[in-house]
Amino acid sequence: MLSHSDILQTVDMIDHQHLDIRTITMGMSLRDCAHQDIAECARRVYDKICRNAEHLVETGCAIEAEYGIPIVNKRISVTPVAIVAESSDSEDYSPVAVAMDRAAKNCGVNFIGGFSALVHKGFTTGDRRLINSIPSALAATEMVCSSVNVASTKTGINMDAVYEMGRIVKRTAELTADSGGLGCAKLVVFANAVEDNPFMAGAFHGVGEPECVINVGVSGPGVVYHTLQGVKGQPFDVVAESIKKTAFRITRMGQLVAQEASKRLGVPFGVVDLSLAPTPAMGDSVARVLEEMGLEVCGTHGTTAALALLNDAVKKGGLMASGHVGGLSGAFIPVSEDEGMIAAASGGTLTLDKLEAMTCVCSVGLDMIAVPGDTTAETIAAIIADESAIGVVNNKTTAVRIIPAPGKSVGDQVEFGGLLGSAPVMPVHPESAETFIRRGGRIPAPLQSLRI
Amino acid sequence: MRAIVTVIGVDQVGIIAKVCGLLASMNINILDINQTVMQELFTMTMLVDTSACTTTYEDVNAALTAKGQEMGMSIRMQREDIFKAMHQI
Repeated sequence: MLSHSDILQTVDMIDHQHLDIRTITMGMSLRDCAHQDIAECARRVYDKICRNAEHLVETGCAIEAEYGIPIVNKRISVTPVAIVAESSDSEDYSPVAVAMDRAAKNCGVNFIGGFSALVHKGFTTGDRRLINSIPSALAATEMVCSSVNVASTKTGINMDAVYEMGRIVKRTAELTADSGGLGCAKLVVFANAVEDNPFMAGAFHGVGEPECVINVGVSGPGVVYHTLQGVKGQPFDVVAESIKKTAFRITRMGQLVAQEASKRLGVPFGVVDLSLAPTPAMGDSVARVLEEMGLEVCGTHGTTAALALLNDAVKKGGLMASGHVGGLSGAFIPVSEDEGMIAAASGGTLTLDKLEAMTCVCSVGLDMIAVPGDTTAETIAAIIADESAIGVVNNKTTAVRIIPAPGKSVGDQVEFGGLLGSAPVMPVHPESAETFIRRGGRIPAPLQSLRI
Repeated sequence: MRAIVTVIGVDQVGIIAKVCGLLASMNINILDINQTVMQELFTMTMLVDTSACTTTYEDVNAALTAKGQEMGMSIRMQREDIFKAMHQI
């Protein structure tokens, strides 16, 4: 029989350390839903999502009950809608978003991702129409998430798209002003976007993916925090080893749930995403993990090194535990969704510039950051450009999910509620980058050899 | 199918009798029991076979939770696979 103490350790992780499966995400292709008439396209999208995901939530709940492990979110990701809707002659793709929203509600999931376009080298007609539809689509729906990939290591940075996304973020904030610019919390601008990410708001079902697939995102900042409390004062070798062991256990559980969900739904298993995803709940914070390593407040000097160690150890520990690892895999640092980050940002220690440095070593990027409502589209575009450059040069995924909170200024707090949490409005540099951003064109792909 | 029942809480008279009685009433067979009391905290893990069980997992867990609340303890049943996955390579 299993050891008594191992069993009790798992139960303790679930009861007191927020161990859970963060998401089971069903990815599905909508490429066969294209139609010249956008209304017909939307109808096909609705029917296909409802058909494929009919049993997703009940299966997730059944697994949750049998294994006694909470599965916090059940979600859906779809083919980038720019590809699906491109055959239609409509200028406005928001009817497809509305159909996705209705389908998500019908299936009982809490987010659906894929109102997306991939424009890292340039725009097609459909890409342009989709991007222009984002503000109204996000204002008209509750559960739809949108993402746009504007850069990649192989192609460089599409600066026209970067500028366009600066304007789209602003417009989305304006159209959802009555909820604090909530639309922007569901809009991600990527560099090197991945095709199998199960986490929102950046999930979409890439063109190289199969017809339908199950991807699982594990979590567990609380478990890592608890582990580190057991190695106080010990050298970093011990810290890294402890995190690896914990990540291994968490991922094994994720792998088991992923395989079980895949078997019951009759849908192939895709990947386990090894991310440490925080929530606003006490004891479920990545910032507190970094502080437990010996930092007084997250954001002070040493934070980037601490995050680099954490991110790497999570990946190393998790890799051996899963047959297929993918998605974003690492540590997320969303400000509004992490109790410790909120505290560090509110206190002024965690700044936008430090967060940018942290994104060089974490798994994604500037995430869930509220900035003053009067921040210009050009400044937002410049932030996106900086973040894209980090991703493109370092061969990693980076992203920007930024909320220019309408009517708010530095020191105010924006409440999004639920998993999206609340964000302190952080200052941006007042000096303009407008002339830089207005140049447009493309920043060429970086050299891949002769690296120093 | 094999599962693990865990019972955690303040030690008291009759814990094993009550839990075993409840499991027997649902035709769940006990294969192994491990139990300790440390500083008045009672912990028990039981390996059980649910293949002849007369009710669903949800109903078993509802009954165990209700019994736990009555005794001021936490009682639950989880499939054995999850513990094996996490603690055995």
